[in-house]
Order: sequence, then C-alpha cells, then structure tokens
Amino acid sequence: MLKKSFVGIIKPRLEYESLTGRVADPIQIPPPSTATLLVEGPVEKRDASLLSEGDAVAAGQTLRHSEQSDAYAVATVSGTVGTITPYTGDFGRIYTAVTVLSSDEKPEPTDPVVSTPPSLDTALSSLTCLPGAPPLKMFADETRPIHTIVIYGGDNDILVTTNQYVVKSRTSSLERGITALKQITGVDRVVVAVPGEAMQTYGHLGAEVKKVDIAYPSAFPQMIMHSVLGQTLPAGKACEDLGICFVTAEAVASIGDAYKTGQYPVRKLITVINKAEKQQLVSAVIGTPISDIFRQLGITLQDGDRIIVGGPMTGSAVYMEDYPVMPDTSALVVQDKNAIPFVSDYPCVNCGECVRICPTFVPINMLVRFLEAGFYEEAADQYDLYSCIGCGLCSFVCPSKIPILQFIRLARYELERMKSAEATHESS
Amino acid sequence: MSPRKKFIVSHAPFWHNSSSIPERTYHSFLAALPAAIVGIHYWGLPALAVVALSIASAVLWELVINHVSKLAVTIGDGNAALIGLLFAMLLPATTPWWAVITGTFVAVILGKQIFGGIGGNSFSPVVLSVAILSISWPHLFDFDGMLVDYDLDFVMVYPLAAAKHFGAGAVADFSFGDLLLGRQVGGIGATFGLGLIAGGIYLIIRGFIRWEISISFLAGVFAAALIFSLIDPTRYAGPMFHLLTGYTLIGAFFLATDDSSSPANFVPMLIYGAAGGILTVLIRNIGAFEDGVIYAVLVINLVQPLIDKIRPNALGKVV
Repeated sequence: MLKKSFVGIIKPRLEYESLTGRVADPIQIPPPSTATLLVEGPVEKRDASLLSEGDAVAAGQTLRHSEQSDAYAVATVSGTVGTITPYTGDFGRIYTAVTVLSSDEKPEPTDPVVSTPPSLDTALSSLTCLPGAPPLKMFADETRPIHTIVIYGGDNDILVTTNQYVVKSRTSSLERGITALKQITGVDRVVVAVPGEAMQTYGHLGAEVKKVDIAYPSAFPQMIMHSVLGQTLPAGKACEDLGICFVTAEAVASIGDAYKTGQYPVRKLITVINKAEKQQLVSAVIGTPISDIFRQLGITLQDGDRIIVGGPMTGSAVYMEDYPVMPDTSALVVQDKNAIPFVSDYPCVNCGECVRICPTFVPINMLVRFLEAGFYEEAADQYDLYSCIGCGLCSFVCPSKIPILQFIRLARYELERMKSAEATHESS
Repeated sequence: MSPRKKFIVSHAPFWHNSSSIPERTYHSFLAALPAAIVGIHYWGLPALAVVALSIASAVLWELVINHVSKLAVTIGDGNAALIGLLFAMLLPATTPWWAVITGTFVAVILGKQIFGGIGGNSFSPVVLSVAILSISWPHLFDFDGMLVDYDLDFVMVYPLAAAKHFGAGAVADFSFGDLLLGRQVGGIGATFGLGLIAGGIYLIIRGFIRWEISISFLAGVFAAALIFSLIDPTRYAGPMFHLLTGYTLIGAFFLATDDSSSPANFVPMLIYGAAGGILTVLIRNIGAFEDGVIYAVLVINLVQPLIDKIRPNALGKVV
C-alpha cells in the first residue's frame, strides 16, 4: 500500500500500472464444476416454464427467469441447472442466482447464438453479458441518442491491467469489435483512449486514438471527457446524457470474437492482486467461484482478511469466498487482515488534505460536515455533492480516516430514494 | 461443510496513506520542542516548571472533560499536550502556577472542548486562552515586570516594549543574532527564532502545516513593517525586527496554522496569513498593545469561514 511520503508537501500521486515490454500470458483457470450466474430481478417472479431446476443448458444459451423483464444471464458451461436462489447485491439490488452444474455430456447443438450480420436487436438479446459487460442498453434508449463511443484501453483503478492487456494482445479482436460495434449501434465516431505512451501503435484500429494521463483518477469517464474530449460533464449528469458512451476494451474485443467465431466467449480476464500486492492476470470462465482462482494461485484466506471485487480504490468487498466471477469483474484484491486500514468516527479537523487532492475541486471539508449531519439536500445544493466522481482519494488521504466516499455514496443513494418516493407520491 | 470464513467487508477505498491525527500533533509537538528547550536553558527551572505544569494540566483537563461528558478519552491524540506546550511557550518563565492551570483550562475546555473537541474549535485554543488571560491579568504578560529578577548576559528589555515606548532608536540595541538565538526577553518558547524557523520548515516539508499560511503571515508582517519604517524610520522599527520579536515566528508556524481554525483552499490561505501579518504590525505600531499576534490571529480565525468560501468551482458545477 502506498504510504504518505516523508516529504508531505508534495501531493501524493497514485499512478496507474502500465504494462510494458513482453507481457506474461494470463493463467488459465479450468472451467468450474458449478458456475453461478446472477440474473437481475427477484426470484419470486420466476416463470417456472422458462427456468427451473434440472433444465439442461448449453454454454452460450441465455437464461431468462421472467417474461416481464429483459434481464438474462448467459450460461458459460454446459450442464444442468442446479439451484435457483435469491441474492442481494450492493445497495440492495435484487438478483436471482442460478447455478449450472457442469457435465461432460455434449448437449445437442443449439442455434448459433451470434448470427451475422450484427444488429442492435440480436446484440441486445444475447451479448450484454459478454466478458467486459458492453453497455448495449445505452444504445436502445431513444431519449438519449449516443453519438460517440469511447473505448478505454486501460482500467479505472490502480494496479489493474486487464484492459491494457486486451489492447496489447488482442488487437485484431479489438479491430473487428470496433467494426461490429459500429454496425450494431450505427455510431460513427469511435475514440480509443489509451493510457500513457505507445499510442502510435494503435493507428490501424479505425478510430481516433487519444492519450490519457497515467495519474489516478484520469481514467474515470468524467475525467476522460474533461481532459481528452474537452467536454465537462455537468454535475449530476451521466456521460450518456451528452451522447457519449464508454465501453471497455475487453467488451469490444469480446464482441469482435463473438462475431468472428460465432461462439459465445465465456472467459473473463481478471487482474488478481495478492496479499503482497503483486498482480497476476488470470483468465476464468464467468460464473467461476473466486475461491477456485485463489486456490489455483496459491492464495490462502483466513478469518479477518478482505476480498475485494474491483480495484483497491473503487471495488467492493464481498463476504463470501464463492462469489462468482461476473461479466464486469476486472480485478480481485486480497488484503491480509493485518494490512487492512480501518475507518474511524474521529471528527474532521479541517486539515484540507482532501480539498487539495480532489480532482474535481469539491469542498470536501465542508461537504463532509453536512453529510455527517445528514443534510443531504444542502450538501447537494451548496457543496457540490454531485461533482464527485467517486475516486476515493479523499478517504485515502484523510488523517481522521473518515469514510468520506461512503458518506458521499450514501447521500446520493438517500437523495435518489427521496426523489423516487416523491415521484410515486405525486403520481398516486 | 466447513464453517464459513468471516471476512472484513467495508466500503471503498481499501487503501489509506496511513496518515493520522496523532502523527500530526506529535510531529508539531516535536517541532516546537527545540524552541522550548532553549527557552528552558535561558530561563532555568521556573521555565521548566511552567512547561511541565502546562502540559500536564492541559492533558488532565482533557481527561476531566472526557469523563464529565462521558465521551471517549481523547488524550491519546496528543492535541491536549500540544496545546499545553504551545501555551507554556507563550508565557514568561515566572508565571504563577494558578495562572498556568487557569490558562490550560481556558484553552482545553473553553477553547476546544465546548465546541465539540478537536476540529470543532473556531479559534486556536492557545491564542484564545492567552487573549483571555492577558486581559484578565495584564501584569502576567508584562515581560519586563515578570522577568525583572533575571540578569542574563543580553539586553534585559522586552524588545517590543522598547520599540513601542522608545521608538526605533531603542531597537538598535538588539542584534539580529541575539534575537535569532533566543537571547531576548519574551515567552519561554517564543524567543528562539532559529528553532521556531527550523521547526516550522520541518512541519512544512512534512506537510503537517500549510506553507501558504506561514509564509504569507511572515510576508504580511514584513511588508507592513517595511511600509511603516519607510514612512517614519525614527518611530517604527524595521521589518526584520518585527519578524524576530514577540510572538511573530511562533504565531506564523504554530498558532495561525491550527488546523480547524484556518482555511483549506489556496487563495484563502494566502489572504488569511497575510491579513494576520498585517494586523500584527498594525496593532504593534498604532494599537494599544505591545504585541499584536494574539489579536491578529483571533481576528483571522474569526473571518476564516468567510474567506474560505473563495474556492475554485467544482468540475461540472452548474451555476
């Protein structure tokens, strides 16, 4: 973990990892005996005729549990459906967890899921769970037309090198993916943003290539919009509101592979960061319990350790070892219990470290006082709650160890809930 | 099935740069120590007694208020000890024990804890306490009177009193070398300029105080004193004299930089510091008091919330 430097007057600078030279190939994790897939929506609304225990499924087959919802998952191993249970994710999001027991029997071949030519309808109905989770739904929203696709060839978080590896090693897939993505979405302007140097090597991709600074958090969509596209995102708006959609390099490469082979790509590339903060790229089938990956890499876990899905600055901690690899799991971090920094309820002393490190100039010293007291609306109106991009640098440098980012996300969540409660109240 | 392992689950970010409040206060304490030690060297055992009593009583007052208010014990963060040390450094060596204990009571309890503890105080607790004591018992802060029994091998006159009452001519007696080395009459820890500057630079380099405040405070003192001495060189002492006497250095590096009563943004820090420096010289040269640092710091503490509103617009702010 990066410590405060002795010369504290210099702003701490977290940098993204850059892959240079020859990069080792990812370690292949064998397909799991049981894959767990999460489908959005409550298990109670399940339509038993669509999905029930014991159904035979083939790899690449979409699993839907309800006619009323578009949500689906894609089976990544062939076999039979094991259990169907409810699962609650972060911020109370409701999922249905479906396990698929892998079997060696060859299933009867199904229709090739990826049929040519690419179109938005077929892509929407089968490709949103590709490794890298392409946000194809954005393109179906007619109220917010997308005119620019930004493919970022790096990762949001420090130490993570998943997408950089994709850009370096799967250039032809990326190229095909860009062509397919243009056909699917009808969007002409594609910008490839790559971290740091070596941008001249991507000239053939059929897209504008732009360079992104390697200081954290320049790879956040809001920062890329500001520094690379020269557009400042108004506070509280999403990039899609301005017609710009961010897609990860891995998602684009997966689309490219899907249309090339007609097969559904099931392997997700993951940067695993072990207790000694050494990275290792692995390739695992989506739905693999993360304990399989740890076993393969020889990482042992004890009570009191921390498992983080995502990077060290923006990920989310999970409480079970058999949490599955998801389409958007780009990193796994394991922290030893002795290396875990704790938060505290100490008051803000107004030292201003957060104010000086905030990339979007949010007056965090004032904001956090309002958030601690629960004055969320005032915080949003006067102290730029919605300008926060969630990089977590304020919590990283806070000497009082206040969980500032958690306060900010809680405030936004509560404001969102208030707004929707008001909306239902008015409509009734 | 084996029992499930229990993992720690918490919110991002999962890294911390391991800075802490005790780290900040203990390093400030260390940075202030050289000046205090040199003070004790010149003023002897009475000075040591004042420093020890001040630190001890400040910590005890903090413990008392922790128990009375039934809150967690906070003496471990070192802030009370730092208040005790800084308070003692501003006192003359012969301060009576009751004044020390009253002073730390005012600093820790009235200056800090009734505002809600560390981070809640809108005035620097030390400065507030010195202000209240010097109004209540003005003779305690009359350095010439308090230190009359001392006869050391340097000019035994409080420099600011000399400048105030006898004009710039009396200032010629003081050599800058003496002033820098602590060979002057004043508070126990406020006279050793070299030590205070070294401590301040250490804190600035380590990032525990903000250089903007200290430097602009000193620049404010320098500029204002320079203007005064240019206007009337016979009445007003020069800028270097003002920088090295009274509470200027301890004020610039240790009092004005108190975290919770100083601004956090760049431009406000400059305004805050410069205003403090200019006010100091105004009070010294045309005000009623010999030293102006205490009231200057109180005034800038007071306006700090207002000037800290000058800040860059947040990215994406919709006006």
